[in-house]
Amino acid sequence: MTRETTAKARLSIDGWVTAGALTIGVFYAMLTAARTEDPLMSVHAYIFAGAFILGIFGIIKAYYDSSERREKEPTDAPVEYNLDVIKAGVIASVFWGIAGFLAGDTLAFQLAYPDLNFDVSFFNFGRLRPLHTSAVIFAFGGNVLIATSFYVVQRTCKARMPGDFAPWFVFWGYQLFIVIAATGYLMGITQSKEYAEPEWYADIWLTIVWVVYLFVFLGTLWKRREPHIYVANWFYLAFIATVAMLHIINNLTVPVSWTSTKSYILFAGVQDALVQWWYGHNAVGFFLTAGFLGIMYYFVPKRAGRPVYSYRLSIVHFWSLIFMYIWAGPHHLHYTALPDWAQTLGMTFSIMLWMPSWGGMINGLMTLSGAWDKLRTDPVLRMLVVSIAFYGMSTFEGPVMAIKAVNSLSHYTDWTIGHVHSGALGWVAFVSFGALYCMVPWLWNRTQLYSLKLVSYHFWIATFGILLYITSMWVSGILQGLMWRAYDDLGFLEYSFVETVEAMNPFYWIRAIGGAFFLVGSFIMAYNLWRTARGDVRVEDRLLAPENVPSPVAAE
Amino acid sequence: MEYNDISEFSRTWGLVYLVAMFLAGIVYAFWPRNKAKFDHAAQIPLEDD
Repeated sequence: MTRETTAKARLSIDGWVTAGALTIGVFYAMLTAARTEDPLMSVHAYIFAGAFILGIFGIIKAYYDSSERREKEPTDAPVEYNLDVIKAGVIASVFWGIAGFLAGDTLAFQLAYPDLNFDVSFFNFGRLRPLHTSAVIFAFGGNVLIATSFYVVQRTCKARMPGDFAPWFVFWGYQLFIVIAATGYLMGITQSKEYAEPEWYADIWLTIVWVVYLFVFLGTLWKRREPHIYVANWFYLAFIATVAMLHIINNLTVPVSWTSTKSYILFAGVQDALVQWWYGHNAVGFFLTAGFLGIMYYFVPKRAGRPVYSYRLSIVHFWSLIFMYIWAGPHHLHYTALPDWAQTLGMTFSIMLWMPSWGGMINGLMTLSGAWDKLRTDPVLRMLVVSIAFYGMSTFEGPVMAIKAVNSLSHYTDWTIGHVHSGALGWVAFVSFGALYCMVPWLWNRTQLYSLKLVSYHFWIATFGILLYITSMWVSGILQGLMWRAYDDLGFLEYSFVETVEAMNPFYWIRAIGGAFFLVGSFIMAYNLWRTARGDVRVEDRLLAPENVPSPVAAE
Repeated sequence: MEYNDISEFSRTWGLVYLVAMFLAGIVYAFWPRNKAKFDHAAQIPLEDD
């Protein structure tokens, strides 16, 4: 790669394009703010306009900084990776993670003690709940995926991401989407589709951001200096491409007007429900599974210092997973107006998913064969391995629950909530934590984490919290399901609804306490990562040899 | 095309299609000539540059 050594300020093409687009965006947002009769829309239009103006200032600043930066750059580094945007992604992941866990645990306490919404509309369960789900899935999980995918694709392709501003546009554009979605929920803006609550204009914005993300990712693959595309990138690419498709189709809405927050979906009735759950389940399959499997296939071998157990198995894992997941959605609509055959199809594909899921789990776990002793000394690896175990457990439980007979008991009960959280906390969050613990020393050029002992505390506290959560929800959910279907001798329902709610209350408390443990763990992680980034090492940790830490990143 | 035709088509050709894709994936993964390529690829994360 040739590099200019002149001290002249320069703006790349994508900088000009971004600045131009943002300028148009400012005017359009201001126009919308002026013309709308919907006060909520004007709030969002002002947020958009403000964010675009900040973006333009950011580009101007980068333009003036560029001359300075160029002089300092080393010229002998083989590849000069773009790591700054990944650092920002790590910080955003930790921030949104804590925000999302906090919102979730607040909801858990509200369920146990409903007065905790203080009769304020903003803290209403119905508004806070999508805030929690979006914050943990899209804000926390999404930022982890963007950050790790940018890291993995550059390192495994030995190429720098294309564009100076495009990766930053992806990062900041995604944060803007999160802010728009979150403020919208609190103000009561929703299109009432689970995990797709943001309204049409937020959806369009996300589409733009996501397409740029796809191009940045593909551009890096295009520039690669490795003949083979490493398997983790296949998972990331499947995640990015499929989420684009799912997002666009599930949000085909017609706005009431260009200045209204309200829109109506193109599909009606059961078609809408099927599209929604085709989207919803593949958000699980491609966002929360494929993307995070990309993390597993890079960070577990890297941390264990061993190649993946079977590269062939990883190929079979990939293709069978993506071919099957896309069909499993109808299991969310058992015993509804959806045709029976479609329900059976969803159930059958869900059960078939056992194979790729467990194939992948075995592949991840067996990567440690010959290195199992590291589990004793490295709590980060322990976290990664436990995440794979939770992946195996929740992908076993999911197909069981997709069986119609089981679903008739489990559906609409807390069992579902428990299942989701064994996947979300045990798999997604733990594999993310593991990746963050790996990446922070690499990105900030530190030889080791501030404290492995704190990682160990985080691990045990969070694991205990997850166990409290999922066991209480199993009991609560099955109790709830059995109470709903209990009949007396005369064929009447044995229990009123409120009796089932009363019976679940103790389990709600246990769940809320479990969630609090998990939240405390994330605070410990934030502190540990912050001290690591600052370059601190705890005294007793200094004695530990930085065995598993790969050589410091070449750039910087 | 009636509902039943689509249903019939997906039950038969859909199955053939998925099995064929699965077999294609298996053949690709286990094709002997690809072994060296995959062995190299597995090492990519462990290489330092």
